[in-house]
Amino acid sequence: MTATASTGTEFSDEFASAGFGEGDQVPAGLGPWRLAWRRLRRNKTALFFGGVFILILVLCLLAPVYSHSVAHISPAAENIAGQGNNCPPTCVSVTGIPIGPTWTSSYFFGADRNGRDVAVRLLYGGRNSLEIGFVATLITMFFAIILGVLSGYFRGILDGVINRALDVIWAFPAVLLGVALGATLAVSGILFLHGTSLLVPAVVIGIVYIPYVAKPIRGQVLVLREREFIDAARQQGLSSWRIMFTEVMPNLASTIIVFVPLILANAILLEAALTYLGAGVQPPNPSWGTMISDGIAQLPAAFHDVLVPGIMLVLTVLSINIFGDGLRDALDPRAKVRIAR
Amino acid sequence: MTRFIVRRLIAMIGVMFVISLLTFLLFESIPNGDPARRLAGRLATANEIAFIRKEYGFDQPIYVQYARMMKNIFTGQVYSYYQGFNVVDEVKLGLPATLSLAIGAGIIWLFTSIVVGTLAAVKAGKNTDRLLTVLSMVGVSFPPFFLGAILIYYLGYKLNWFPLGGYVKLTSDPWQWFVHMVLPWFTLSVLFIGFYSRVLRSTILDTINEDYVRTARAKGLSENQTLRRHVLRNSLIPIITLFGLDFAQVIGGGAILTESIFNLHGIGQLAADAIGRLDITVILVVVLLTAFFVVALAAVVDILYAFLDPRIRIAV
Repeated sequence: MTATASTGTEFSDEFASAGFGEGDQVPAGLGPWRLAWRRLRRNKTALFFGGVFILILVLCLLAPVYSHSVAHISPAAENIAGQGNNCPPTCVSVTGIPIGPTWTSSYFFGADRNGRDVAVRLLYGGRNSLEIGFVATLITMFFAIILGVLSGYFRGILDGVINRALDVIWAFPAVLLGVALGATLAVSGILFLHGTSLLVPAVVIGIVYIPYVAKPIRGQVLVLREREFIDAARQQGLSSWRIMFTEVMPNLASTIIVFVPLILANAILLEAALTYLGAGVQPPNPSWGTMISDGIAQLPAAFHDVLVPGIMLVLTVLSINIFGDGLRDALDPRAKVRIAR
Repeated sequence: MTRFIVRRLIAMIGVMFVISLLTFLLFESIPNGDPARRLAGRLATANEIAFIRKEYGFDQPIYVQYARMMKNIFTGQVYSYYQGFNVVDEVKLGLPATLSLAIGAGIIWLFTSIVVGTLAAVKAGKNTDRLLTVLSMVGVSFPPFFLGAILIYYLGYKLNWFPLGGYVKLTSDPWQWFVHMVLPWFTLSVLFIGFYSRVLRSTILDTINEDYVRTARAKGLSENQTLRRHVLRNSLIPIITLFGLDFAQVIGGGAILTESIFNLHGIGQLAADAIGRLDITVILVVVLLTAFFVVALAAVVDILYAFLDPRIRIAV
């Protein structure tokens, strides 16, 4: 759970095809965004995995269509005795072992222990996992940018308070803090955050990752505020707020963009981890985390119940990570922003 | 220098105090369920509950309760509200398993990532580098409990090469201890190897362009000697920092997922079980322990840096 942010010259690009090599002609008159886009376009690996992620996203959004028109079964429909319309004779054997993948339209990836269609649940679960990931990323970025810019720009007491608060969150391991907060909120609840709401894990994950983004942003603002163009803006009589919004923030854009896939990937992973520990998505809702932990609970029977959602999760996170890596190279080859655990 | 150390230590104590206070408020006062009712059991009369409330001081103001809890933790007299065991004793019981996991996995992940990171940097841009890059990306994308489940199922259940989990004391049977720890070590290491090797690779690529590296080459050192004596030695600093913090977390129960899937009964699993039952005192102690480890190690790292680099002393 350690984040590093340091600058230095990247000797060579991550996937060598990205970026300009020694002999490349850098065309004159192209803005930084156009240059970044050129670099990203050349990085075939990153583009490929970006495509994989979009494919997964579209598939998950199409979950109701798949459920309704292909599998003809709802994600919550249990089918233990095999009395369903499109079910093979028995979805779950007398000893409680679900059938494996049928590779046909119904029960493509087999059934889980309640006789529910794994493929349908995989897509619906993906919707929830991705939704939590996106909402958590939004929360993290929103608060991290505000806190980072405020503390970096104003420094002084405000900086001290914000920085200490971030230190406190940062001192807990992400999983431990997430689990503790998640379990507490699920039981007691504050405002709209209670019970089985998907917002509970999303908010918890969003809070956990704030310091990892806020600290590097603060560091960057500390450097930016000493630059001449900020001085010039101040001399013109612009207010602090105006300077922060129109002068400082645009210069943070590439850092912010680089952090988004990083946080998204980690948020999806943390959702699964919290759910596995019983503090994330609560049972009636499917998510990749609930599916994996349900599968693990009934090991060694029906390993496909672990494998199918697990591979989907790893593939999603991997494609976000590789695309994010390419994005980072294209936008800001010198920044090293990363998060682990 | 002394002034820097004193200021850093005061800041550390401040952070620790705030952490303990916040954790206490979070777990002690928010969750529903009166701790007195919980302690008294299901069949308790109103009188018994009132007695326990008085006995344990739950009727006192919150700051008195906080002081009392801190005193109990530091004197080792804190008990689980749910099962009545002494939490500090239970943490001590979990320590050997957690330490075995942390030390073994720490050695594996540190050395493997140094090798992988250096190799990737030396071969930067070549196919070896690309392969290692994708592999480390795969490493950081695997949730430990999923990787653990795969290993347990295929290597443990199907092939019968390894036990399905559990912890055997080193003192009772060293070979069984080793066999039981192999898969957890591997599982925990994969994540860190992926991350560390990427960090090391980019630091090495930065360092290679430094003037002193050119000087080393110019004075006639072989490529190998330059790499070992000048490049690697300087590139390892960020890795060591990361290692210190991550190691502290794992010891403090941060490897909660690996410990749970392999059923190691370490500190992390103690916390995981406690969360399932909402056993507040246990969660409180483990979370505090971990946070303290991390904050203390962060302070030590900062002070070490200040020794190495005088500029830091003035900056803070």
